[in-house]
Amino acid sequence: MLRIFHTSGLALVFAAGLAAQPVFAETHNEILASIQKEASGTPGFQGFSAARGESFFKTKHGNEWSCSSCHTENPAVSGKHAKTDKVIQPLAPSVNAERFTDPGKVAKWFKRNCNDVLDRVCTPQEKGDVLTYLLTVK
Amino acid sequence: MSIYYRNFPRALVVAILAMSATMSVARADNDSGKYGGENRGKPLQPAQTNAKFQQECSNCHIAYAPGLLPAESWRKVMSGLDKHFGSDASLDVQDNKEITAFLVSNASNRWSASTAPLRISESMWFKRKHDSNEISPAVWKNPQVKSPANCAACHPQAERGDFSERNIKIPK
Ligand code: HEC
Ligand code: HEC
Ligand code: HEC
Repeated sequence: MLRIFHTSGLALVFAAGLAAQPVFAETHNEILASIQKEASGTPGFQGFSAARGESFFKTKHGNEWSCSSCHTENPAVSGKHAKTDKVIQPLAPSVNAERFTDPGKVAKWFKRNCNDVLDRVCTPQEKGDVLTYLLTVK
Repeated sequence: MSIYYRNFPRALVVAILAMSATMSVARADNDSGKYGGENRGKPLQPAQTNAKFQQECSNCHIAYAPGLLPAESWRKVMSGLDKHFGSDASLDVQDNKEITAFLVSNASNRWSASTAPLRISESMWFKRKHDSNEISPAVWKNPQVKSPANCAACHPQAERGDFSERNIKIPK
C-alpha cells in the first residue's frame, strides 16, 4: 500500500495535476483488486477464473456482438470496431501498457460495451473474470 | 492600447462596425440559402479545438468537425448518447456539458432551415456533394467505404476537418 507514495507515484500525481486532468493512474493489479473488493461483497463469491473470462469474452449474449467482435479473438492484437472499422489498440495489458490503468476509463467502457453486448451492466464477477483472462494473454 | 482606443473618433468606429455587420449578414444570407438552408458551416473546424471532444468523440470514428451540423443537431446527438446509432456512447454529466458547449458554439453558421438531422449524411449539402453525379453507386458498395459516415475512406484528412477536393482519394 505504501508503495503508492513512492516518489515516481508522486511524480505521476504531479504530472496529472499539471495536465489539469483528474486522472489517477493505477496499475492493473490495483484495478483488479478494487473489482475483487466489489465482488467479494456478493453471496457465493469464490474468486475469478481466466477460463470463465475467456468464454464470456468470446461468446455472444443474445445481441449481435460479443466482446471479440471488436477486440478480436486474440486480445494481444489490434481490433476493429464492428460497425465503423476504426482500429482499436490491443486490450491485453502485456502488449498495451496503458490498458487498465485509468479507473474512470475502465468503468466507462465496461458500462458502454456491456450494454452493447448484454443490454445490461456487467457484474463484478464478470468484469473480474474478463480482466483475469486478459492478464493471462501474452 | 486603451489610449488609442479612446482617442479613435467614435463616429468612425460606429460606421465601421455597422458596415462590417451588414456585410457579414449579406454574406451569410447568400450561403445559408443554399441547399434549402441546410448548408455546412465555414469554417468547419474552429482554430481552437477542445481536448475533451477530441478524446471522447474519436474512439469509434473520427471526431466529426462541429461545422458539419447545426447547433440543434448537436444538442440532439449529445442528449441521446446512451443510444447512439446502436451503441452506448454515454458520458458523465460534466464531460457531456463541456463537449455540448463546444459543438453548439462552433456549429454550422450557414444553416438557416429549421431541420436538425442526426446524421451529417442526411443533410442536403452532403447529399448534393455526394450524389450519383459525383460518386458512382459502386463506390458505396466497396467494403473499404462501408458507410457514408466513414468520411476518412475518401477524405484522408477528414480528422483535421479538411475535405478539399484536391485531397480526395476514392478507394479502389
Ligand atoms: C462495438 C465494438 C466493441 C465491443 C463489442 C466491445 N468493445 Fe470494448 N472497447 C471498444 C472501444 C472502441 C474501446 C475504446 C477504444 C480504446 O480505448 O482503444 C473499448 C475499450 C474497452 C475497455 C477499456 C480498457 C482500457 O483500460 O483502456 C474495456 C475494459 C473493454 N473495452 C472491455 C470490453 C468487454 C468486456 C466487452 C464485451 C462485453 C467489449 N469491450 C466489447 C469497442 C468495443
Ligand atoms: C462507443 C462508440 C462511439 C462513441 C464513443 C461515439 N460515437 Fe458517434 N457513432 C458511433 C457509431 C457506431 C455511429 C454510426 C456509424 C455508421 O452508421 O456508420 C456513429 C455516428 C455518429 C454520427 C453520425 C455520422 C453520420 O453522418 O452518419 C455523429 C454526428 C456522431 N456519431 C457524433 C459523435 C459525437 C459528437 C461523439 C462524442 C460525444 C461520438 N459520436 C462518440 C459510435 C460512437
Ligand atoms: C465514397 C467516398 C466519400 C465519402 C465516404 C465521403 N465523401 Fe465527401 N466527397 C467525396 C467526393 C468525391 C467529393 C467531391 C464532390 C465534388 O466534386 O463536388 C466530396 C466532397 C465533400 C465536401 C465538399 C468539399 C469541397 O471543397 O467542395 C465535403 C465538405 C465533404 N465531402 C464532407 C464529407 C464528410 C463530412 C463525410 C463523412 C460524414 C464524407 N464527405 C464522406 C467523397 C466522399
